[in-house]
Amino acid sequence: MATHQITLTVNGVKEHTQVSSNITLLTLLRERLGLTGTKNGCAAGECGACTVLIDGEPVNACMVLAVETDGAEIVTVEGLARDGELDALQAAFIEHTGVQCGFCTPGVLVSARALLNRSPDPDEDEIKDALRGNLCRCTGYVRIVEAVKAAARGGD
Amino acid sequence: MNPSSLSPVGESVTRIDALEKVTGEAQFADDIQFGPGLLYGRVARSPHPHAQIKGIDVGEALALPGVKAVVTGDDAGGKIGLYLKDRYTFCRDRVRYVGDPVAGVVAASEEIAEQACKLIRVEYEVLEPVLDPLRGAEPDAPVLHPDLGEYEVANFIFPRPGTNISNHFKIRKGDVDAAWPQCDVVVERAFRVPHVQHVPIEPHVAVAQVDRSGQITLWTSSQSPFAQRNLIAESLGISQSQVRVISPYVGGGFGSKAGVSMEALAVVMAQKVPGRPVKMRLTREEEFFCAFVRQGLVAKTQAGATKDGKLLAMKTEYYWDAGAYTEYGVNITRASGYSSTGPYEIPNVWADSYCVYTNHPVGGPMRGFGMPEIHWGIEQIMDLVAEELNMDKVEFRKKNCVREGSIIVTGSKMHPTGLLECIDKAAQAIDWGKDEPASAPHKRRGKGLAIMWKAPAMPPNPGSSAWVRFNEDATLTVGIGGQEIGQGTFTVAAQMAAAVLGVPFEWVRISAPLDTRYSPYEWQTVASRLTWSMGNAIVAAAQDTRRQILELAAEHWGENIDDLDIKDGVVVSYQSEESLPLKDMVVYGLPKPNDQGWRGGPIIGHGKFMPTYVTGLDPETGQGPRSVVHYTTGCQAVDLEVDTETGQITVLRVAAAYDVGKAINPDQVRAQIEGGVVQGLSTALFESIRFGEDGAPQNPSFVDYRIATVVDMPLKIIPLIVEVPQDDGPWGARGVGEHSMVPTAPAIANAVAAALGVRILDMPLTAEKVFLALEEKGERS
Repeated sequence: MATHQITLTVNGVKEHTQVSSNITLLTLLRERLGLTGTKNGCAAGECGACTVLIDGEPVNACMVLAVETDGAEIVTVEGLARDGELDALQAAFIEHTGVQCGFCTPGVLVSARALLNRSPDPDEDEIKDALRGNLCRCTGYVRIVEAVKAAARGGD
Repeated sequence: MNPSSLSPVGESVTRIDALEKVTGEAQFADDIQFGPGLLYGRVARSPHPHAQIKGIDVGEALALPGVKAVVTGDDAGGKIGLYLKDRYTFCRDRVRYVGDPVAGVVAASEEIAEQACKLIRVEYEVLEPVLDPLRGAEPDAPVLHPDLGEYEVANFIFPRPGTNISNHFKIRKGDVDAAWPQCDVVVERAFRVPHVQHVPIEPHVAVAQVDRSGQITLWTSSQSPFAQRNLIAESLGISQSQVRVISPYVGGGFGSKAGVSMEALAVVMAQKVPGRPVKMRLTREEEFFCAFVRQGLVAKTQAGATKDGKLLAMKTEYYWDAGAYTEYGVNITRASGYSSTGPYEIPNVWADSYCVYTNHPVGGPMRGFGMPEIHWGIEQIMDLVAEELNMDKVEFRKKNCVREGSIIVTGSKMHPTGLLECIDKAAQAIDWGKDEPASAPHKRRGKGLAIMWKAPAMPPNPGSSAWVRFNEDATLTVGIGGQEIGQGTFTVAAQMAAAVLGVPFEWVRISAPLDTRYSPYEWQTVASRLTWSMGNAIVAAAQDTRRQILELAAEHWGENIDDLDIKDGVVVSYQSEESLPLKDMVVYGLPKPNDQGWRGGPIIGHGKFMPTYVTGLDPETGQGPRSVVHYTTGCQAVDLEVDTETGQITVLRVAAAYDVGKAINPDQVRAQIEGGVVQGLSTALFESIRFGEDGAPQNPSFVDYRIATVVDMPLKIIPLIVEVPQDDGPWGARGVGEHSMVPTAPAIANAVAAALGVRILDMPLTAEKVFLALEEKGERS
């Protein structure tokens, strides 16, 4: 398998790494960089548990080859909190019980962050549309939607 | 016991695990790092639903570079099973479902292991499969387990050797034959419930390592670390002390991660490569048919009532599609039998509940443990009887439902229950009885409701234990063996301990990850039993701890223990008004006067709980004094719209009321209710594993097996809490984790029937099925 030298920025940190052409961004993050917050739920781009931001866009990391991310800027759940301050979404998910088992949570948070970046005050339909690719089996989505609304309002 | 005005019990405190879960730091089994020594296991599976294994050639697979070992049935120890030991970890002579493990490969990577699996040559002699439980129960059906009579079995399970029936549970109460002529209305229907899957977002994963002395360590995503330890040790014929199970957070269980499904595969593979950890992960495709699925059900039900609306008789036959092996299925069969009337008082009852082997995937426990499946029929039959009687469905249910002192199906007396209040609250919340217009001319609106009961279905003696110990600053760790699978049990455990001890909730940590070497024994995280059973153990441990603290302080001050209390982490005396922070005494003890030495020492408390009053049931009649610990009851009312052009159902409102005894954390109770409602809705509207005539699953992916997404959630869910205390529950609490899934589907079916005048007896209510039913009725606009 051919290998490639790539350079990418992950949560603000530059990484130079050698990757073989067949590994996904998800494998690179989880197994090479130790960023296990991004979850593997289906490896087929269907559940959203591995959602990360690539240059600001929410993407299933299981569907992207690592080599494609050369030069890209990646944000994972570990990169949402800045300087010890939780992202407003993280705080709202705690406050509004948007979390149960927590396995879909990283992907949901990243998708919601992408939404709030492009639409700071979304209505309920926009929120649902942004999260329709993130499967959750515990919460029934009720509190997830509430938490995103609360974060958009400024975390009340 | 609970003197502190600062008690966190009954407060919606924030989840103890929320912070680490939103930052991505919470560790799940697949996140544990094992370093470069890690090997990977994959499994070669049967392509046939039923076949004899004639020979296995692993030579080519073994020769593939990177392959470290290959295992087959000959390497796999004895039989395994919770209530009925009916399967080998790797098949020996026969395969019984598409996906049955035939061989395992250990290799340097998952890719190599997968490639090697394809090189394993298995010679099969294909046998006639059984793909339907009614067929499986016929006398001339192929017998899937010819050795059934020799299997080890729990004493409350009754297999019928020579047939496919692994358990037959009977209820014979009163005289149904004499009752039918007295009924003015009798309704009979047959209902079908398909196999569905739990779909935890975290797939199953297990890592096993066997050291050279044979000591096994297993890291798993598990609801049952202790049961796994026990079952794997029994299967391998070794001491439980030789197996250590470590289990971090579980990314959704719903029953699929109870007992042993795929975990023993990793152990058997690891035994071939001593010293090396072997990781086995199910793919999402495997998740749909290689772990557990929910059993399918064919339910034939007949119910009769007098014209004044009183239920007189009910007769039920359940044919459970248990799949190839049963694990929990035999006990689901039992639980469904002793709950077969639903929460109704009916004097004459006949029930036969059969657990039938088929060549389908292994039927396991799933949220509700048979109750969602049986209530699908029970609650539609009750609607039909009410319709025949021309009675309001709420009134009919209130007239017949169980209340304190009712003689229930097993002949025992119902304990205090808030079911009537649940019915009233749920019905009122959706404006029951008020006709409301649909949102468009081609849509029809309808309201329906369903009531439910569910008891924890367990052996009579499932135990819980707990301990409490302190750090130097008086923060403390509560040791439990119950697992955090999303339901919030760690939070509730900390609330209970803090409340009894009189310390701030924030001081409490839970001993996680669970580790059978260090954690106190807990039977399993199933049956909605932890708040009640483990809660009692935590209360006992905290009381033991509290007593030791107060005795030490009483001795120190020369006071009576009855005058002392712990408030906000400080021991106080109401007599002398002395006070002493816990941090000054719980680890170091206290100095005696005049430098005469010390007293006390590190305080550690412990407690246990096990129900001692559960009796057996007569095998011929299913009657007995007390078959279960308690029933949690509830009611759901649904308001929905159906698009007659597409058959699509839109759920507008769901009101869901449950009698939880006492809500230790009301917000968590509401969160459980919401989650169960949507999981129930998802099974009601979308889900079924479809099998081809070749017995193979046809839709094992999220594209073809759809679960509810955020856009499918009801527009409004109204969770309602009723609190009629349980006599032996902590603060009166009983469980509610599973219950909200139970009546969702029949409530939706009843609302659809109200909207369309069309009753659909087979789950799920897909748009296609609704559309076709409307067309058949000639009523499509």
